[in-house]
Amino acid sequence: MIVGNRKEFGEILEKLGTARRVLVLGCNECVTVCGVGGEREVGVLASELRLYWQKEGQDFAVKEHTLERQCDYEYIDAIRPLTGEYDVILSMACGAGVQYVAEAYKPRLVIPAVNTTFLGVTLEQGVWSERCQGCGSCIVDMTGGVCPIARCAKSLLNGPCGGSSGGKCEIDRDTDCAWQLIVDRLTESGQMERYEEIQPVKDWRTGRDGGPRKRVREDLKL
Amino acid sequence: MRLNYPSNVKVVKVPCTGRVDMLLILKAFESGVDGVYVAGCMEGECHYLRGNLRARRRVEQVKKLLDEVGLGGERVEMFNMSASQGQRFAQFAREMTERIRSLGPSPAKKNKEVLP
Ligand code: SF4
Ligand code: SF4
Repeated sequence: MIVGNRKEFGEILEKLGTARRVLVLGCNECVTVCGVGGEREVGVLASELRLYWQKEGQDFAVKEHTLERQCDYEYIDAIRPLTGEYDVILSMACGAGVQYVAEAYKPRLVIPAVNTTFLGVTLEQGVWSERCQGCGSCIVDMTGGVCPIARCAKSLLNGPCGGSSGGKCEIDRDTDCAWQLIVDRLTESGQMERYEEIQPVKDWRTGRDGGPRKRVREDLKL
Repeated sequence: MRLNYPSNVKVVKVPCTGRVDMLLILKAFESGVDGVYVAGCMEGECHYLRGNLRARRRVEQVKKLLDEVGLGGERVEMFNMSASQGQRFAQFAREMTERIRSLGPSPAKKNKEVLP
């Protein structure tokens, strides 16, 4: 899923500027699961804003609404009647959702309330960890199911580097060295011969380096 | 026991403090209360194992939020007591009432939301 962090309240206030009619817009997908932008978090942020403006003795209107998804036009379009009544939309979706809402409701101001951070997994309730950087050409079959691009600090394809020690990465003691994990997994599964294969320089054009990506599936089109 | 505690304290019953979500506390402040405290069972004695420990973490989080918003985190607190400790219940009610009195009324009462 896509994982993010809620922005600090102070930063959100700053971005809102003089706007006092605010639609706080959540998303029911990834950001709900990682506890950053679902219905509940919309409630918390809306409550913070209300308490702040009540305290400041200002007039305001804060509306809470959560969409099934902010990355599909059908859902976004459904709130068109609602949006006209507010100065800004404070989106709690990932960056993709924020942008799609902004596109649908231009020239209305759309403000992100979340810092979108990574593609990852839930390690336990309340703890998430990065797993993939969407490089567009997956190689984890070669690396024991561990992604060296997302999980090695240097994204090394032939690791480890000299900083690997006691299974940990040199960036900090709490971070596993991805290449230690890879070697362990390959050993466990009797695939160490894969480790001997030198990975050539990766063609990053399938990733972000090739520019913004777009996918078209003619067979799925209406 | 016929113990007295300040009459300004309004009790909201929940099956376990684990039910107390951040939103419940924030909503109480939105409705105009001056302070909120959560009275949970003793740590280690939760019937649902970790309800009171979770409540404490949520109270800590609400403290941060109230600080950010400018109401002050001291307006919310978590206390632990067992069901048989009426004395303690009354004592915390007095302590919290005194604390809130010294802080004064919640500044979030100045204005009501103007609905669209
Ligand atoms: S190799 Fe690429 S696609 Fe596969 S997990 Fe890593 S970043 Fe994601
Ligand atoms: S210590 Fe391991 S994870 Fe860290 S940069 Fe080196 S190879 Fe990558």
